[in-house]
Amino acid sequence: MKDISDGHTVKRFDGELATHHQLVMEMGGLVVDQINRAIRALDEEDPSLAREVIARDRMVNDLDIRLDEELITIIAKRQPVARDLRNLMTMDKTVTDLERVGDEARKLAALVEEFWGSSSSAAPSPALIHDVRGIAIYGKSMLDKALDAFNNLDAEKAVEVIRQDERIEEKFRSALRRLATYILEDSRTVGYSINVVLALRALERIGGHAKNIAGYVIYLTTGRDVRHVDLNTIVDEVLKDLR
Amino acid sequence: MNIEAGKAINTDVEETMNEEPSRTPSSTPPPAPRREDIDREDRSTVGDYTVADPRMTARQVNVYYGDKHAIHDVSMDIGRNEVVSMIGPSGCGKSTFLRCLNRMNDTIDGCRVSGEITLDGQDIYAKGLDVVPLRAQVGMVFQKPNPFPKSIYDNIAYGPRIHGLVTTKAEEDEVVEASLQRAGLWDEVKDRLAQPGTGLSGGQQQRLCIARTISVNPEVILMDEPCSALDPIATAKIEELIDELREQFSIGIVTHSMQQAARVSQRTAYFHLGDLIEIGPTDDIFTNPRHPLTEDYITGRFG
Repeated sequence: MKDISDGHTVKRFDGELATHHQLVMEMGGLVVDQINRAIRALDEEDPSLAREVIARDRMVNDLDIRLDEELITIIAKRQPVARDLRNLMTMDKTVTDLERVGDEARKLAALVEEFWGSSSSAAPSPALIHDVRGIAIYGKSMLDKALDAFNNLDAEKAVEVIRQDERIEEKFRSALRRLATYILEDSRTVGYSINVVLALRALERIGGHAKNIAGYVIYLTTGRDVRHVDLNTIVDEVLKDLR
Repeated sequence: MNIEAGKAINTDVEETMNEEPSRTPSSTPPPAPRREDIDREDRSTVGDYTVADPRMTARQVNVYYGDKHAIHDVSMDIGRNEVVSMIGPSGCGKSTFLRCLNRMNDTIDGCRVSGEITLDGQDIYAKGLDVVPLRAQVGMVFQKPNPFPKSIYDNIAYGPRIHGLVTTKAEEDEVVEASLQRAGLWDEVKDRLAQPGTGLSGGQQQRLCIARTISVNPEVILMDEPCSALDPIATAKIEELIDELREQFSIGIVTHSMQQAARVSQRTAYFHLGDLIEIGPTDDIFTNPRHPLTEDYITGRFG
């Protein structure tokens, strides 16, 4: 298959699109790394690593701004249409979701810092941490897959990500149920339980952003807008398209 | 930016977590997306070439210049109150097709047109049809402004006079003013109507030619690259004018500027080597064209 950025009479435009794509992937790599570090900070109960993650969120934001500026320049200079326009809009939306994922990683890191960074707060129960960790890893695996689908414009993989989103929401709900039971048993834990809820929510959102990115990939590859569409319909239609 | 270091740690964490292998951030851009399965070699028209309320219809139009088969089986409609743009690389037949619509090709030796073209249901190639009134009904504006070497006033009044649309001087004055008003030129020329039309600026001359065209109450206005000799401001004025004229007329425009086609037209037709490859709503053609050749052309990937 021909490369999505290639073939323009103006070769420099090919280069600009390829560079933009590469930068989006770098941002994706950085964001995945942020989640990994936040999870490691949680595992190792390491507030200094958590602070590092919080500080590094700036790098994500800087990339976000840089990609925005470059996108505007490309649009102004090249007036992209059709495939080029869809490609650029897909990249732009992906960047927005990646930036949000960066924020979620920062929130998880902030939680770690709160738990172990100050002597005042009590360490949370390992049972609660287990759920946080589980959802974090699941969300990250979804993001990995979504970025992979983006990088290779692989609609089938994108469909897998969209399917996984139901699973992470389920995990989120059952974690909340366990938390509720836990608070009922010992009301002194309410303080950090609330923090755990916030962390769970942040991580569940990573799955949501991964699902969004997967949706953009399906739009770009098949021309179908699958946002706000029932999952089974998406799976049926997209897989039919691919056949 | 410390992305390399980030990647290294990324891999590190992946291993300690014993997860599926990490996605390697790759620098190779992805392959082109799957489009609808239209063969690049397919030369039949993609998209619906008909409209609900056609003013002009062309069916299976073929044009030959001597032995050269310039246009193959082109069918399309021009609807009421719409602007249809025709785009395509040089030599694709878009101007040739446009010229068929008011029989301008009749004047070219060795040119033969087959197929059927109708205006309001009437065959414009019917035997015995007088092309002079036809060309009043289907007016043409050319690439290079071509005012008559006469006064601004006479440039407009000449048409209505020879077509017998005016009898008195008062009527003539009225048509001249109304036409110049509609072409957005009145305020700029009302104090110098007796001066030669050729003394105006390029953009003004082109609007004068448009005023001249509309002075004889056409139904369809054809424009062949009407802005290619104009600067961006004059171009914007013409484009604004086209949008206003659409309320009264049907307009077919050939343009090399794809952005202009996107800006002014409601439907776009893409021609390639004498074939009408694709036609559809302009919004679709410029965001999601279906034929690979259309996509290649509008994204600047041609040749």
